[in-house]
Amino acid sequence: MTAPLDVSGSASEARPESVLEGAGKAVQGRSLSRIAWMRLRRDKVALAGGITVILLVLVAIFSSPIISLLGHPPLEFHQDQIDQSTLLPKGDFGGMSSEYLLGVEPVNGRDIFSRIVAGAWISLLIGILATLVSVVIGTVMGVIAGYFGGWADQIIGRLMDVFLAFPLLVFAIALAGVIPDKGFGLEGNGLRIAMLVFIIGFFSWPSIGRIVRGQTLSLREREFVDAARSLGARNGYILFREILPNLMAPILVYATLLIPTNILFEAALSFLGVGINPPTPTWGGMLSEAVRFYTLPHFVLFPGLAIFITVLAFNLFGDGLRDAFDPRAH
Amino acid sequence: MLTYIIRRLIGAIAMLIVISMVTFGIFFVVPQWAGSSPEAMASRYVGRAATPETVHLVAQKLGFYDPVIVQYGRFAKGIVAGAEYDYGAGVEQCPAPCFGYSFISGQPVWPDLLDRMPVTFSLAIGAALLWVLGGVSVGVISALRRGTFFDRLSMGTALAGVSLPIFFTGMLSLVVFSYGLGWTPPGGSWTDFTENPAQWAFNLLLPWITLAFLFAATYARLTRAGMLETMGEDYVRTARAKGLSERDVVVKHGLRAALTPILTLFGIDFGLLIGGAVLTETTYTLPGLGQFAILAIRNQDLPQVMGVVLFAACFVVVASLIVDLLYAWVDPRVRLS
Repeated sequence: MTAPLDVSGSASEARPESVLEGAGKAVQGRSLSRIAWMRLRRDKVALAGGITVILLVLVAIFSSPIISLLGHPPLEFHQDQIDQSTLLPKGDFGGMSSEYLLGVEPVNGRDIFSRIVAGAWISLLIGILATLVSVVIGTVMGVIAGYFGGWADQIIGRLMDVFLAFPLLVFAIALAGVIPDKGFGLEGNGLRIAMLVFIIGFFSWPSIGRIVRGQTLSLREREFVDAARSLGARNGYILFREILPNLMAPILVYATLLIPTNILFEAALSFLGVGINPPTPTWGGMLSEAVRFYTLPHFVLFPGLAIFITVLAFNLFGDGLRDAFDPRAH
Repeated sequence: MLTYIIRRLIGAIAMLIVISMVTFGIFFVVPQWAGSSPEAMASRYVGRAATPETVHLVAQKLGFYDPVIVQYGRFAKGIVAGAEYDYGAGVEQCPAPCFGYSFISGQPVWPDLLDRMPVTFSLAIGAALLWVLGGVSVGVISALRRGTFFDRLSMGTALAGVSLPIFFTGMLSLVVFSYGLGWTPPGGSWTDFTENPAQWAFNLLLPWITLAFLFAATYARLTRAGMLETMGEDYVRTARAKGLSERDVVVKHGLRAALTPILTLFGIDFGLLIGGAVLTETTYTLPGLGQFAILAIRNQDLPQVMGVVLFAACFVVVASLIVDLLYAWVDPRVRLS
């Protein structure tokens, strides 16, 4: 004789809902961005990159209070720190001290720390704004080419080929070299920043354009777009409500990866003397001044490291972001 | 195949025409929009001391009052068929690829460009050899030993490599190896290959390595990603199943497929580099096309700037044309589509 199954206790609890309740936290509807965030949280290297990026942005935004707290105005000369016979900094290690954290520049004794911090502002400002310009152009072009296809795709495809075949750096240098001192209601470095943002952004849109075109091409064939169209949605509705939201993730990823490229671009232009005009401090400009002082490694090292750390941080974060959004990566 | 070649050739020529138009537009049309008068542009040709009448005359002679289309036509004709300049005192012949005369030296632009060619070419060819061999082999080994210490180390180095600007690594290399240790010659050393090949290579060693490091990083990352993808393909498993040696599987089946996107990139990179390794040449003060471009821009020497930009664009177009044709030769699907 078998014991009767005691069902009285557990049966009452065996509501289907309880199953769901118990597992509720794990099976919650997860959006793509939520999954991506969960993956990103586990990626220590990408997180380190992301935190560095946030710190750098904070430094750039609060550059003036930081400078007034820890340094001297970036344009101020400190001849008392310079040995007048050699024109080199008096102290050891390029004049590094608690007063001048990263030492002073040869000849005029400007505070390197302040100049690096002030340079962060210019670098990030141009890098990020130029990326915004390329994202806007690239997205519009990519969506048009991918969604409408046909001759629009042909023309835009050719256009992207032309841009890729351009000797971009030489071209950008030539263009940046002919910027007038005045125009569009702006003057001096304000105008130069605006023009550099435009030039850099204008030359780097095809990389985003290609990605967006490819994504749009595959999204266009998806069921939800067919569904929207069969319900009578117009092109505008489909583009803005169905396609564009689905493009946000790849755009975000490739924009993050484009920022470091654009920061390097700006640094290169300033290094070559066609970027921001001195005496406004830029990392590239500081490096080009350091060319004349090979005996002072710190003068080369600090602006170079600033570029390196910034670009590396963005690259690490962007790589992690791409892996997090990529369904094939795990 | 022939139709494909012809189609690509026409495409390349069309591309060059577009590039020449854009270049012309930027240097001759944009300044006029920005308010630069024909006289102001002509005054560059005659120097600052000239009287307004002379300037006006020169502007007329150079055709700065003509419509933009006519001006462009004259410019294009000069490149294709050569040009004649009538200075009043006599007619000067400017033979076929005529980019005009330098504002500063008064010399024709074309021979100057040719003079600079060997430097940039030497720099590019040596670096390309190093970065393709280095980058691709590191990428392949990383992909095959995925997750090992070697993979992590090389990919970490590669990520650092793409984040380092060449003018920074170049300057560091000079600080350490030339000025510090004295092993390599200082910046600005250049010997012609025909003069002394050993010295030529020795002088270029540092620029080659620095430049190659930058590109090798990108190529290693790309090769690794491509290899990981192709090594998971069915045909690779088939190749293994039919008993091919692992070396044949990796090289003939895996690498061959992974190399195609790298070949495209190489065409563009190499073309861009021959057109002027601006940053490398500036860092090491090498007298190549890139340095020429920078000097021309600093001096606002328009004919030189236009010449070097177009010259550089030519290399990119030709390099990507060659890559496309190679592609079509390797992969029949390309020429049939």
